[in-house]
Amino acid sequence: MIVAQRKSIPAIMEIVKQHKKILVLGCGTCVTVCLAGGEREVSIIASALRMASRLAGSPLHVEELTIERQCDNVFIEQAADAIGRNDAVLSLGCGAGVQAIAERYREKPVYAGLDTAFIGILEERGVWAEKCAACGACVLSEYGGICPITRCAKRLLNGPCGGSREDRCEVRPDRQCAWQLIYERLRGIGQLDRLKKIMPPKNWNASLDGGYRVIIREDHRI
Amino acid sequence: MRIQYPPNVHIIRTPCTGRLETEYFMRAIENGADGVLIAGCLEGGCHFIEGNLCAKRRVNYTREMLAEIGLEKERLRMVNVSAAMARPLADIIIDMVETVRKLGPNPLRQSDTSRKLETVS
Repeated sequence: MIVAQRKSIPAIMEIVKQHKKILVLGCGTCVTVCLAGGEREVSIIASALRMASRLAGSPLHVEELTIERQCDNVFIEQAADAIGRNDAVLSLGCGAGVQAIAERYREKPVYAGLDTAFIGILEERGVWAEKCAACGACVLSEYGGICPITRCAKRLLNGPCGGSREDRCEVRPDRQCAWQLIYERLRGIGQLDRLKKIMPPKNWNASLDGGYRVIIREDHRI
Repeated sequence: MRIQYPPNVHIIRTPCTGRLETEYFMRAIENGADGVLIAGCLEGGCHFIEGNLCAKRRVNYTREMLAEIGLEKERLRMVNVSAAMARPLADIIIDMVETVRKLGPNPLRQSDTSRKLETVS
């Protein structure tokens, strides 16, 4: 899932200060699971904004709404009335959600209340870790299901670098060495011979450098 | 024992402090409470194992949020007392009331234009 975290209240106040009535719009999908932009966080942030604006002497009228998914037009429609009666939208969706709302309501200012961080998973209660860099050309099959692009600080395809201590990364000792994990995993599934293969430099064409990416499925187009 | 504590305290019972959510603290302050004191069971003594520990983390989170908003974090405090600690609880309440009195009234009560606005629309 996409993992995000909320911006600070002063930062959000700075973003919305020119408005009188705003809609805090939550998203019921990824950001609900990572406890950043679901119904509960909408309630907390809306309450915080009401208090901060009253203290600043220019009270904001804050409406709260959470829809199932902000990155999908079918669900965005459900917010139409609420968006219509407010001056601006503070979206607690990921970056995709914010842009989907902004594209749909061209005359309405739409702001991001979260910093979208990465694609990751919940590792333990209250801890999320990045697992995928969305590089567009997956190499997980070569590395026993552990991504060296995301989880090795040096993004080495032919590792390890030699700097790790025990199972710790030399760049950040609080992180595990991805190549230690890859070695243990490949040994566990009996595929250590994969490490004998020298991988050529990765083709980054499928990644972000050539502008935003589009996937077209002709079989699904009308 | 007839132990006295200040009369300007409103007691709200909950099944366990673990039931308390960040929203509750926020709403209490937003609605004009000068201070909120959370009295949970002693650490390690929770009937639901870790309800009071959950509450402690949520209180800490909310205190940071109050600071971001521009309010004093001292307005929200959590303490651990058992049912057999009447005297300490009374002292804690007296101390909390004193702390809040020094801070002054909740500034949100003086400007509740926003709440009026909400009621109108």
